[in-house]
Amino acid sequence: MKIIVAIKQVPERDAQVHIDSSGQWIEEANLQYAMNEPDAYALEEALQLKEKAGGEVIVISTGPERVSQTIREALAKGADRAIHVVCDDLAARDALGVARLLAAAIQPESPDLLLTGLQSEDLGLGQTGVIVAELLGLPHASLILQVEIIAKEGSKAQIKARRELEEGWFQSIELPSPAVLTIQSGGNKLRYATLMGIKRAKTKEVRTVHAADLGVSAAPAVALEAITLPKKQKSTQILNGSAEEAAAALVEKLKFEARVL
Amino acid sequence: MRVLVILEERGGHISRTSWEAATAALRLAPMQEITAVVIGAQTELPAAEAAAKAFGKVIRVEHPLLAPYTSDGYCAALHQLIQQEGPTQVVFPHTYQVRDYAPALACRSGQALIGDVIEIADGPVFTRQLMQGRLNGSYRHAGNGPCFVSVQAGAFRAELPDAAAATPIETFTPAIDAAQIRTRPGEPFRGSAQTVDLGSAQWIVSVGRGIREAENLPLVQELATALGAELAASRPICDNGWLPMERQVGSSGQSVAPRLYLAVGISGAIQHLVGMKGSQCIVAINKDPDAPIFEVADYGIVGDLFEVVPALTEAVKAAKQ
Ligand SMILES: Cc1cc2nc3c(=O)[nH]c(=O)nc-3n(C[C@H](O)[C@H](O)[C@H](O)COP(=O)(O)OP(=O)(O)OC[C@H]3O[C@@H](n4cnc5c(N)ncnc54)[C@H](O)[C@@H]3O)c2cc1C
Repeated sequence: MKIIVAIKQVPERDAQVHIDSSGQWIEEANLQYAMNEPDAYALEEALQLKEKAGGEVIVISTGPERVSQTIREALAKGADRAIHVVCDDLAARDALGVARLLAAAIQPESPDLLLTGLQSEDLGLGQTGVIVAELLGLPHASLILQVEIIAKEGSKAQIKARRELEEGWFQSIELPSPAVLTIQSGGNKLRYATLMGIKRAKTKEVRTVHAADLGVSAAPAVALEAITLPKKQKSTQILNGSAEEAAAALVEKLKFEARVL
Repeated sequence: MRVLVILEERGGHISRTSWEAATAALRLAPMQEITAVVIGAQTELPAAEAAAKAFGKVIRVEHPLLAPYTSDGYCAALHQLIQQEGPTQVVFPHTYQVRDYAPALACRSGQALIGDVIEIADGPVFTRQLMQGRLNGSYRHAGNGPCFVSVQAGAFRAELPDAAAATPIETFTPAIDAAQIRTRPGEPFRGSAQTVDLGSAQWIVSVGRGIREAENLPLVQELATALGAELAASRPICDNGWLPMERQVGSSGQSVAPRLYLAVGISGAIQHLVGMKGSQCIVAINKDPDAPIFEVADYGIVGDLFEVVPALTEAVKAAKQ
């Protein structure tokens, strides 16, 4: 089975993000980056499927040069090869624009399965996988926790996936390959790259494709105009002082002001 | 303006989030220019429910292949409806179901969905959250053709005028072929055993990724015990198997509304907030003064939980003596 996993590089979770001088994006200069967490789960699911059924795992990522670091990480965890769609104006493209890039780069590979994380931790659009499926004319299922191949006939497989619904409900959903699944966090346990893996990753193929060569429109249907700080919904009383002082002050407030103790 | 609002049913009624989305649509057009759309295999009852409000009209998109929900069925049906109606905007509640099909539907019209919107200002300018709620982004529809928008649960208070006269109801029968539906969804089932009822807990101490390791959980457990509180968690804690999923608070877990909700090392992503925003008193302990949890907290301590939590446990014990 040929599985492609689309991964995104996002600012590290604990990174301090600041609005840049244009007011339209964040300051990138000193940011640390990491693999988007749901994408890491998608990669893990792909690697486990390969371990069970054989085949190939290819990662694809679009973004500037720095993205190659996240691609190497995926290769070190066990992906076989990678495609880097080099794109320096990712933030100016909308979800459709980015999906068009990915779809154009994925199409010639004709994968049996395409996995993506269900949403990114930076923009949180949560649309890429679903749109790529639409562009490639493939069926999809979203919010998937586990994937199982239940029948195989020649190059076609029947896939059974566990889908998360709201409020602690689930369903299982079946669909034929080739298909697209968007993966939710938590379905399996993430592996770490081994030293051997890191060493091997250096020799694995990373094919670069330039966004401009893919012949897709960059004109967005939706434009991000400004980034602002959120408004507070409540006025929070911050309790200052040492840990002991703040704790004592909080207990006072909870007892005599909020009356919840 | 010609606005379509796609309403969803839940438990036999139009869902609250659907009414909220319809209320958000009032920022785009007056009620007479808004068409309420109900969709499914049987839509008579939700159509009647929608028609009690003063919408311009109600459209029943009905076909036997529209139950159960599939993305293929909904995209086929709604795309045909959009072509017939030529709306300026199509508005949805931002539910798991909408996440599953609306991006594909928008793509079919050459559009990108503006998803999970929390505010609509003149322009129209749509605000949605970025960076897990740490920043907001304002978006504008740039292209020609309909603008697709989904509205975050709880962002608008449902307030719609009742119909004075009968709202016209039309039926739209899409052409759908069984072969177009490629996915086979199963019946929904509950995930985990239900042994704790967080929903009725009066005091909850909830722990997030700030706790770093499972080995550190006793720290918050001691605070919970001192308070007589139930222990709950954000998703990553349950994802890692450190606490059972039945203790997860948020959109994919439990909704709680205790007298006191004490969030320890939780950033306050919207999927967590929807499960606890209704708590009477919210306290946050977080080392990041800009963490979104402080946007909903009544009291906060900015600091290292590994220092603050033990001190708080002692202070609570002392107060209870
Ligand atoms: C479809 C969908 C459904 C979801 N459903 C849910 C759900 O039901 N429930 C849920 O919770 N999430 C859910 N999520 C995930 C959600 O988006 C967030 O990723 C998650 O809530 C983050 O958990 P967290 O706050 O514990 O972790 P993080 O976001 O990593 O936050 C950790 C916090 O701890 C603080 N911290 C770190 N160290 C310390 C320290 N020493 N002292 C004090 N503070 C510290 C940090 O400043 C940070 O604010 C869902 C996501 C999606 C896409």
